[in-house]
Formats: sequence, structure tokens, C-alpha cells
Amino acid sequence: MSLIDRTKDLLKKREKAEGGGGEKAVKRQQSLGKLTARERILALLDKDSFQEYDLFIRHDAQDFNMANKELAGDGVITGTGKIKSKPVCIYAQDFTVAGGSLGLMHARKITKIMDHAIKMRVPLIGINDSGGARVQEGVNSLAGYGEIFYRNTKASGVIPQISVILGPCAGGAVYSPALTDFVFVVEGISKMFITGPQIIKTVLGEDISMEELGGAKTHTQLTGNAHFYAESELECFEQIKELITYIPWNNTKKAAAFKARPPKPKYNINNIIPNDAKEPYDVRNIIRAISDESKFFEVQKDWAKNVVIGFSRIEGESVGYVANQPDFMAGVLDVDSSDKAARFIRYCDAFNIPIITLVDLPGYLPGVDQEHAGVIRHGAKILYAYSEATVPKLTLILRKAYGGGYIAMNSRHLGADFVFSWPNAEIAVMGPEGAANLIFRKEIAMANNPDKVRQEKMDEYKEKFANPYVAAGKGYIDAVIEPHETRKFLIHALEVSSDKSVQTPERKHGIPPF
Amino acid sequence: MSEDKKYEFLNINETLYKTQISDNFKNRKKWEIPDVSKVFSFIPGTIEQINIEVGSKVNEGDDLLILEAMKMRNRIKAPISGTIKTICVKINEIIPKNHLLVEFE
Repeated sequence: MSLIDRTKDLLKKREKAEGGGGEKAVKRQQSLGKLTARERILALLDKDSFQEYDLFIRHDAQDFNMANKELAGDGVITGTGKIKSKPVCIYAQDFTVAGGSLGLMHARKITKIMDHAIKMRVPLIGINDSGGARVQEGVNSLAGYGEIFYRNTKASGVIPQISVILGPCAGGAVYSPALTDFVFVVEGISKMFITGPQIIKTVLGEDISMEELGGAKTHTQLTGNAHFYAESELECFEQIKELITYIPWNNTKKAAAFKARPPKPKYNINNIIPNDAKEPYDVRNIIRAISDESKFFEVQKDWAKNVVIGFSRIEGESVGYVANQPDFMAGVLDVDSSDKAARFIRYCDAFNIPIITLVDLPGYLPGVDQEHAGVIRHGAKILYAYSEATVPKLTLILRKAYGGGYIAMNSRHLGADFVFSWPNAEIAVMGPEGAANLIFRKEIAMANNPDKVRQEKMDEYKEKFANPYVAAGKGYIDAVIEPHETRKFLIHALEVSSDKSVQTPERKHGIPPF
Repeated sequence: MSEDKKYEFLNINETLYKTQISDNFKNRKKWEIPDVSKVFSFIPGTIEQINIEVGSKVNEGDDLLILEAMKMRNRIKAPISGTIKTICVKINEIIPKNHLLVEFE
């Protein structure tokens, strides 16, 4: 055969393999409202930037009449490409080929592209759409999962890892996304669970739909397993592209800087917070009031809403926010919000993104359920994450900072680089009501008019402690600032911290309260 | 910013804060003192065997019944010595977690 003939043969082979599971299976995929694996990759990556590898891989199943079956690409597409002109490694499971089931060679393709990503220090994006383990391949398919998890763990904190759930992701398969940095889900398409509804029904008699058990809303609102929710696959890809702008390409780099732009005048920082410390407001408006273009890219916005986390830019530089949300559960810390904040702090620290902490909280949520759910060890995660983090850490106390919450929210004592406070801040062991009742219990009980005495004692306590000057007097706060000066102070603090360097004693790793 | 927000009051250390309250918090189970005379299932499963009848006298640690769950025949043992007052499950019954199995007098 001549080279021309051989080339024709190659093109024929390529076309066949690129057809995935064939027309019928592709039609079925489309009828479920899903794009094909190839369409997904092309929609996510820059135009004409995708290079595919291992298209002709052959599966390894010998038994159960599998030996002569052809599985295009063994049910997964892998390759490299670019997003916003920067390189990424990517894989997408192809549900049209044997249900995207994971056999040995399917897994080898994935681990090979993962190894590339780790070696080349570029982000890894995994698109999951798979019926699960290929049962015909037995323990080999389990081996495949394990080898993926191992690499997810090794890559953690070295390169950004993004998981996109665009179909079923069940059983052991869920643990790869769970080990990665960010999980994206789409309404009606994503399904994640360890044990499916059928087994739950036969074994336990509990009747639940796939959507309620592990759909997109379940994981963004209830479990916190997913970070971003989208109505459609295309919206999901736009979210991924936006996220990518805020994070660096690997842990040795900083996120790309953008042109500095002022916040929008619509967000007037002087008018957002009510004077009464018991009145709610949306802390995200404070973030918008200090961020470039008033843009805030929120992470996990529908779960543990009492703490807000996410990215924005200040003078063009990427920053991560952790902020108490008085609008929801009074902004308390509890089991879930501690988990949420702590993981995000560690993410920012691993990828050189300065952390800005906005404080306005009454403390930890009281209750038997919280105590018995282990709020001690969960709450400790925040302390650990802040204390461990060596990126620039800035804190702004907006209003209340009471008790353990004051310490936990990146206080000076946990290594904050700069702590600012607005003049209306109340920094104390507890709120005036609680404190008056505790310190002056006897006086109040013995008074002819207990309510009046309580009020007097509350006022006295407020006067004495409910202000930032006691903390400022000890140097726990670096500056008490006017609200309108906030952005200026933060910009300066970020500028002077840009070469921050911290030496920590050598160790294998710490033992955070997982 | 015109989303519907339903503000309620949350008591944190004797101060009432106006805020939105999560369903989780509202629906949380009030803690009660555990009643040692009642035996609950610790795992969902199927009742495979019942070793007792109403009126049986048992000693602490005796096997009351077998609850098959997760491919394991789990022996449910008597938490106290006493007389069985009621048996709340039948053979082959599929039961959820925290289901009342047996009550002592």
C-alpha cells in the first residue's frame, strides 16, 4: 500500500473510532438532552485546540464474549487542548460506548493523561459520564479506579483538578470527583451516588428517585459534594471557563493578573450594613463593593449559606473570600460552614491566592445536634486551615466578632497579616445580652426592676467592650478604618504582601482534623 | 436583589438575630434521653429470626433477633435484663434504621 492508501486507511479508522458507540447510541445520548463526549470537549476548549491521543486503544476484556467486541477508544476520549489560550489536559467518558463503563484500558487512558497533566504542570479536567465499573473485567476495573484516585491525590494541590459530572457517576466512580478541587453539575443530567435507588429500595425499602438521591440540586444544596450548578451543559462550560480565570495553572504560579477596574458605584459600601448588629444584610454586597467591576464568582453558593466563599479581583489580582453571611443563620459557624470555609482556605493557600476574610458573626451555632455532629472537630478545621495557610491573609471585621468566632475568622492570633476593623465593630467574648446576664446575674436577679438593670448592664458592657478599640489597644487590630477606605487599605495590604515568605518547620504533613 | 427572603429570629447566646433559617435547623430532631427499655435497629435490613416472644425473660446480652443487613447476620442483643413487653417486627420484615424492634417491660 502506498502512503496515500495508508493515509486513507487511517482516516477511515479514525472516522470509525470518532463515531463512538455508533449512530443509535449517539441518538439515545441526544434524546437524554446530553451532548456527546466529543461535543463536550470541543465546546469547552478553545476552537481547534484539541489534540486527541489513544484513539485506537483496545480494551482488555477477554471473558463473557467481550474478546471480539470493538469499543471505540474504550469508552473514553483523552487529550490536550487550550482554554483561554492556556494548556489543559482533559478526558471525557463516552457513554455511547458500552455505557462509558470503566475497564482496565479505559482507566489506563485516563491515568496516562493524568500523568501528563502532573508532569507538565497543567490543569486536569475530567468529564464523567459512565455507568460504572465494567463488570466483565472484574478486579481490573477496580484497579483502574484505584489508580485514578491515587493520581487525584498525588496531583492535589499541585495542579488544578476539575470534575464535570455530565451523566451518571455511581459507586466507586464518585470518589475521583470527590478528591478533586471543584465539581460541576448540571440540572437533570448529573447523578452521583454510592448506592443507586434500586438497591436502596430492594434492600432498605426506601423509595427515592435518582434525581432526589443524587441529582444536581441534591449535591449543590444538601450534601455540598458539588461546587457549581448549571441549568445546561453550555452554561456549565462557561462557568468552568470563568473559574479558570481566577486560578493559576499550577501551584508554582500566581493566577493571571487582569487590568485593574473600579467597583460599580451601585454598591455603596457605606449603605450596606445596618447599624443594629441584630439586623441582617447580604455580605456579598460588601464583596461586590470592594471588588473590581463588582464581580464576585461564588463557590458552593447554595450549600452552608451562612458562610460565603468565592473569588474576585482587587486591582486586577485574584483573591479568595471567606465571609460570614448575616443574611442566613445569622452567619454562625456550624459543622457544614466550617467544612466549606476550611477547604476553600486550603485551596487558596495551595494555589497562591491571597485570602480576604470578612467577619460578622455571633459565634458557633448552639445545639445538641451540632455538638453531637462533632462541631468541635469540624470547627477545628477552620482554625487549622487559617493557621496553616501562608498566603497573604487579610481580615476585615465589619460588625460582630464574638467568642470562638472571633478567633476562628483569621484573627491576628492565627497568623493574619493584616487585621482591619470598621469603627462600629463589636469584638468581645459574647454579645452584650449574654455577657450582662452572665456577669451581673446576681445584680439582675436581686433588682426590683431586673429588665432595667439588665439594660443598664448591657449598655455598660457595650460601652466598654463592644468596640474595636480594646483589641486595637493590644495590637490585635492593625487599623480601625472608615468603610470607604476599605478597598484602598486592602489594595495596599495586598501590594506589600505580594512577596510574603514564611518558613515552616520541615514535616511530612500535618494531621488536620479531617 | 429582589429575591424573596423570609426572615425569622435565631437565638444565639441570648441575642435574637433577624436572619433566614435553614430547613435543616428548623427540622432538626430534639434530643431526648435515650429509653433503655426500647431496642431500635442500628442499620436498615431484614428481620431473619426472632428468638423471643412476648413475656420472655432475657438476660443482658442475650440474642433477641437476627437482623440481616449488608450481607451479615447481625445479632441484636438485649441491652438490659428483663421481660419482653412487645415485639414490633415480623420475620422477613424490611425495616429502616432506628426502627423500634422490641420493648421491655
